[in-house]
Amino acid sequence: MKNPFVMECGNYKTSYSKDMELFRVRRVKIRMLIIVILLFLFPLFASNYVIGLATLCAIAVIGAIGLNILTGFTGQISVGVGAFLAVGGYTSAIFTTTYGLSFWISLPLAGLITAIIGGMFGIPSLRLKGLYLAIATLAAQVIILWIISSWSVTGGGAGMVLERPAIGGFSFYDQNSYYYLCLIVAVFTTIYALNLFRTRTGRAFLAVRDRDVAAQIMGINLFSYKVMSFAISSFIVGIAGALLAHYTMIVTVELYSIQVSIQYLAMILIGGLGSVFGAILGAVFITLLPVGLGYMVEYLTIFIPDAHSLLSSFREVVFGLVIILFLIFEPGGLVHIWNNIKNYFRLWPFSTKE
Amino acid sequence: MTFFLQMLITGVVVGSIYSLVALGFVLIYKASDALNFANGEFVLIGSYICLTLVAVYKIPFLIAFVLTLVFNALLGMAVEKVVLRPLTNAPVISVIMATIGLASLLGGIVHMIWGHQTKSFPPIFSSELIRIGDIIISPIYMWSFIIVMILLAIFTLFFKFSKMGLAMRAVADDQMAALSMGISVKSVYAITWGIAALVAAVGGILLGNINGVDASMTVIGLTVLPVVILGGLDSIPGAIVGGFIIGILQSLSVGYLQPIIGGGIKEVIPFIVVIIILMIKPYGLFGKGGIERV
Repeated sequence: MKNPFVMECGNYKTSYSKDMELFRVRRVKIRMLIIVILLFLFPLFASNYVIGLATLCAIAVIGAIGLNILTGFTGQISVGVGAFLAVGGYTSAIFTTTYGLSFWISLPLAGLITAIIGGMFGIPSLRLKGLYLAIATLAAQVIILWIISSWSVTGGGAGMVLERPAIGGFSFYDQNSYYYLCLIVAVFTTIYALNLFRTRTGRAFLAVRDRDVAAQIMGINLFSYKVMSFAISSFIVGIAGALLAHYTMIVTVELYSIQVSIQYLAMILIGGLGSVFGAILGAVFITLLPVGLGYMVEYLTIFIPDAHSLLSSFREVVFGLVIILFLIFEPGGLVHIWNNIKNYFRLWPFSTKE
Repeated sequence: MTFFLQMLITGVVVGSIYSLVALGFVLIYKASDALNFANGEFVLIGSYICLTLVAVYKIPFLIAFVLTLVFNALLGMAVEKVVLRPLTNAPVISVIMATIGLASLLGGIVHMIWGHQTKSFPPIFSSELIRIGDIIISPIYMWSFIIVMILLAIFTLFFKFSKMGLAMRAVADDQMAALSMGISVKSVYAITWGIAALVAAVGGILLGNINGVDASMTVIGLTVLPVVILGGLDSIPGAIVGGFIIGILQSLSVGYLQPIIGGGIKEVIPFIVVIIILMIKPYGLFGKGGIERV
């Protein structure tokens, strides 16, 4: 019988452009299409709660891909994603609520303004590396959140209230339509990121990550590419922030604390640094982790009556534990596990352990 | 003028505790090129342990103090062995993330055991205020300052003259060379983490005596980061000077800027200063820049 997982036999590439295709095998293309179609059909069968979770996952995917472009592909550590999400969210909030602009204009504007601010904080990256850069981005987080909380335009500590977007007479108010909106943006982000690394810019990013001094010697303008990486990444993160703000319909400073930045870093690390697919896996994993834990605690209350009071601490413990265990035992992340499974089946039945 | 001096002295005292905690960061960075984001949790655990020993088990403060130091040192060594040892030679971001994960893990455990309420130390130092001219100093502040100064002096001597201190400096300078001279790099790492956690515990106990003990103490871990970066990650004098600079700046900004700009300036000012300093001196005031080769 033909092994359904085997797919490489008989594929010959006759030109460079064929070798650089996004989907090198036709079956992969079809499989991707099926997955996307399934993602579009799934709200028809799911409850509102599940669709809500899926929406959050889609938004997290957008943000994680954005961060992965910066940290995973260009090697610039950023601990300030939370603040850039906040910039996106607040920009959209200010434009739609205070100035009455349409969501469809404020969304790209949110991306643009986040890109400008992200690029500004990317300027020090030319001279700062590693830990020093991490602290500089941490400083960005603290400073941006402080400005937001003490500026009158942003409503200060009280935050702002937003509306769900609408087009013509149609409103994206219900769960399904908003899920579709986020999913479409997520799909576009994925395609954009996958394509980015087939272009000159993307390859320059990789060179900067691998050895920036060598890249500079080869004629790559470090300054412009590093700032560009910050800007592109922040643009995507800003879009995610705006989508999130219109989903929760309220923005306050607490929603964008340092914890959020850490969660996004955890997403790309657990998913797999420098992999678009990894960012998707990690985003879904970290978004669903607390939900899974909630169910587990629900089950534990049968044995320990006051398990609920421990839930928040329990979450922290498990979150920390997951990060440490992944770093020690699977530094390649979920995407590495996935590839291992795939390779196992590719060789099956000839693959054996030991 | 009195107001200025009062603010200055508060800044110096808080700054001295910052220096102490920053020392923990610098030690770990010098030995193992890692920044310990869980330092705030070490501070928190130290103060909770000491508080429990004093308040629940009624152990005299000095003995409890020593027991806490021993416990924290062991904790630090255990953490190094379990979490950091497998990550030798891992990229910077993995190490950062591992210590962040550790912070989350330890923080969760602390909340499980001690809950979220603020607890206060039973009064250990006399509460009679000391007056020098028009300036008022609380005895806790004075004792903290003295203890920190003694500790900093001990560490300076330790690094200069003791065998272990020399070994640690050798490892920080060049691991390979240290290894070939017969220094056990592993034990140096373990002892470094132990000392860093011990130092954090001292900071925790002093801060706990000043402000009471609760989960918000971990904020010191974040506040001290600018201190470390300001002085330069690999410089012990830098950590001490940086601590005083940030402490004084914070205190003065609370005194003079807060009435104008509003709350929260205290947490932000260190970061603003750090960004400006890093733009001019990318390795902090006293840090050494490396030479990069292809």
